[in-house]
Amino acid sequence: MRIEAADVVVVGGGAAGLSAALAALETFATDGRNAARVALVSKVYPMRSHTVAAEGGAAGVVPWGDDSLDAHLADTLASGSGLGDQAAAQWILERAPRELARLDRLGMPWSRDDSGRPAVRRFGGMSNPRTWFAADKTGFHMLHTLFQESLRHTLTTADSRDSAAPSIIRYDEHIALDLLMSDGGGARGIVAYDQQQGHVVAFVAPAVILATGGAARAWGTSTNAGIVTGDGLSMALRAGLALRDIEFVQVHPTCLPATGILITEAARGEGGVLLDRNGDRYLADYGLGPVTPVGQPVPRTMELGPRDRLSQAFWKADRDGRTIPWHDGADGAAGSVGAAGGGETDAASGTSAGARRNVVHLDLRHVGDFLLKTRLPLVTGLARRYVGVDPRFGLIPVCPAAHYTMGGIPTTPQGQVLDGAGQAVPGLYAAGECASTGLHGANRLGSNSLVETLVVGRAAGALAAGDTGSFDGLSASPRYSTTDKALTDQAEALAQPWLAMRGQGSESPAHIRRDLGALLDADVGIYCDADGLARARASIDSLRQRFADVRVADTSSVFNTDWAQALQVGAMLDVAAAVVAAAEGRHESRGAHQRIDHPDADAAPKHSIVVTGQTGVPEVSYV
Amino acid sequence: MSEGTIRVTVTRQEPGQPPRDETYDVPFDERTSVLDALDWIKDTVDATLTFRWSCRSAVCGSCGVMVNGRPVLGCETFVAGYATSGITVGPMSHAAVQRDLAVDTEDFLAKLRSAFPWMLPEPAALAVEGSAGDGGAVDLAALVSTQTLEQLEAFRTLAQCIDCMLCYAACPVLAEVPGFTGPAAIATAQRWNHDSRDGGDEQRFEALADNEEGIWPCIQNGACTRVCPKGVDPAKAIKDLQRLAMGA
Repeated sequence: MRIEAADVVVVGGGAAGLSAALAALETFATDGRNAARVALVSKVYPMRSHTVAAEGGAAGVVPWGDDSLDAHLADTLASGSGLGDQAAAQWILERAPRELARLDRLGMPWSRDDSGRPAVRRFGGMSNPRTWFAADKTGFHMLHTLFQESLRHTLTTADSRDSAAPSIIRYDEHIALDLLMSDGGGARGIVAYDQQQGHVVAFVAPAVILATGGAARAWGTSTNAGIVTGDGLSMALRAGLALRDIEFVQVHPTCLPATGILITEAARGEGGVLLDRNGDRYLADYGLGPVTPVGQPVPRTMELGPRDRLSQAFWKADRDGRTIPWHDGADGAAGSVGAAGGGETDAASGTSAGARRNVVHLDLRHVGDFLLKTRLPLVTGLARRYVGVDPRFGLIPVCPAAHYTMGGIPTTPQGQVLDGAGQAVPGLYAAGECASTGLHGANRLGSNSLVETLVVGRAAGALAAGDTGSFDGLSASPRYSTTDKALTDQAEALAQPWLAMRGQGSESPAHIRRDLGALLDADVGIYCDADGLARARASIDSLRQRFADVRVADTSSVFNTDWAQALQVGAMLDVAAAVVAAAEGRHESRGAHQRIDHPDADAAPKHSIVVTGQTGVPEVSYV
Repeated sequence: MSEGTIRVTVTRQEPGQPPRDETYDVPFDERTSVLDALDWIKDTVDATLTFRWSCRSAVCGSCGVMVNGRPVLGCETFVAGYATSGITVGPMSHAAVQRDLAVDTEDFLAKLRSAFPWMLPEPAALAVEGSAGDGGAVDLAALVSTQTLEQLEAFRTLAQCIDCMLCYAACPVLAEVPGFTGPAAIATAQRWNHDSRDGGDEQRFEALADNEEGIWPCIQNGACTRVCPKGVDPAKAIKDLQRLAMGA
């Protein structure tokens, strides 16, 4: 086992992790701590992180329009359906424009308006245009802007580690295994595995920032990349920490069938409309009207309604026979739905899985060449390549797919992690999709999450670096010590069971992953009910038993992706169990959580809090 | 309707071992990508097969491989076109193999970094906000730059690089001059040089022109531009810098 000491450990190299690392450096520089080092630990090279796939944009009120912070806040809280936290949302949203401006200074290629200022576009659920964008590759450009800026401050093995400025040291392709906690319940680092060198690494530091993303890859039909497997959420549960409102998973209404590839809401913001099998604007019949003129989108109406409402409308249109069947490829062909190796399936090839193979049409034909080229080049290319449709002339088949994890590790708006009882966990921060700050509530507005990664990431980085003094837990904690034997023993003990999985077991991890995806698609989708959730719980229990005997055939110590995938399946099972437990006990419909058997919202909104009980079973409370 | 199976030969290599070819018959249809085929092999035949992937939509840049000798992204290359010939999938050329299809990325990142791919001079930091109460009104107009459509267009295409390294695999020069800074890094240098907000041209020019492994090894064969999955034109970026250096 290798031991690496750092002043801050950041887990995850997406927009939240990079923002946190850069903010920590600034704070160290201000404090004159030039020897300070940020360890940036990521299971992929940072520029591969899933931020890269965000398309539409990032919301921040601009002063050169009719918009206001109050309006942004009101839209956000309305979408959050009673579970948004007003103070947290205000704290984050009022800082959004400044963070977007900061990115401009770092070189973000924002699309521009006629006066050359960053342009803003309409987005679903937003009452005014306030979404900053870089064509339809906003996340890609944001990630590369932050990553390239981080290179300025990164030490490599060729550099002297005695650099005269606070610096980042990157640990790429290191898989985080578990949090290291002190006896007093504070974070003291993490234990990880270096896939390139093939050994365990204990990162010891006075502060840890989790920026590990969501878990929506667990669903079979998902917009999320293969790496979005809830690793950090699972680590938090294992460390005895809580997940808040984890049952709220956003289903994006417009994705390509079979692949789940996202077709950004910006396509509708730029004027795209949704059509049923008869070519009718079906959204008007499901409470999203009145019908708006084609090509003249109206805020919060029809195609620009909130995402949860649009996904619900799809479900109802499908039930009413208004969708269009989609041929999703040859049975058993590599890449087709459910092709992960044939063999046995669980009880999950049910109705919704079939329904997901039906589509509606996204019509962009009237949007015109110029806007398609300048504002929607990515979706234009994706439609051509993955469904063979040229959006200038053809209709793009779209359907809903799991997209975003609204809940997560509870934090303050500054990213300070709170435990299940609401107490600060010393030295532990979380930012981005893995955190539950209170901004999104029961349903996230599109383009609010990218700014959350920036604002909360920066705040967490600054706090972790000990800037404000408002949090005495960190500055009071002893300087890390690499000779802290209790800590290194803890790291060894935590790593051992993970390493022991290699060369063991009989259950195919690919089958477990596929069965999990199918059952979540079937029973934990846009609408659910008690029977379906009970079925999902039983299926997940059985999958977790199978996972206890998961087969890791590859015994290699380096680049063991078979083992890595098994770890990720385990993390997804942990999060899925928490999602289902929290959904089962929530006897109401609110935001992204819609119960057929409990169609109304309770008068008093409550947060769910899930922790792992003694027997490994999720325990839920509502507060 | 299955279209049958396709022969997929994968060039595999364990650390410290010589490469070997293994062949698999993979069921496919018209939407099966090379990445899908690799996944199928890993899930059903050999769990030790090693390759990188993530987004499956050609934006994360993880899944570059050689298919029949040509560098491509596995996720957006479909096997149906090769049904009769079969395909051979190998690790990207001009990079050290780590295991099977996973190749070294450090060398590329060092070259990228040598091109100063960040805003110069370094922008002054905006105040870090770690405490409540400092989020009040800001003069946003004073904090953001303005760029005309033409100024954005001057670097927009060059900014599309996803760091997938296909151009390094394609570049014949890298077989002869492994230290060549290479297409993507130089294109990214020009992305910053052409950005109206940036003033680092001279620093990057020095790094690339006063360096025999900078822009000079390029022979303008154009392979980099042809394989780029994002429409970046590194060959032109390099040619522009060579001309500038020669005072043309």
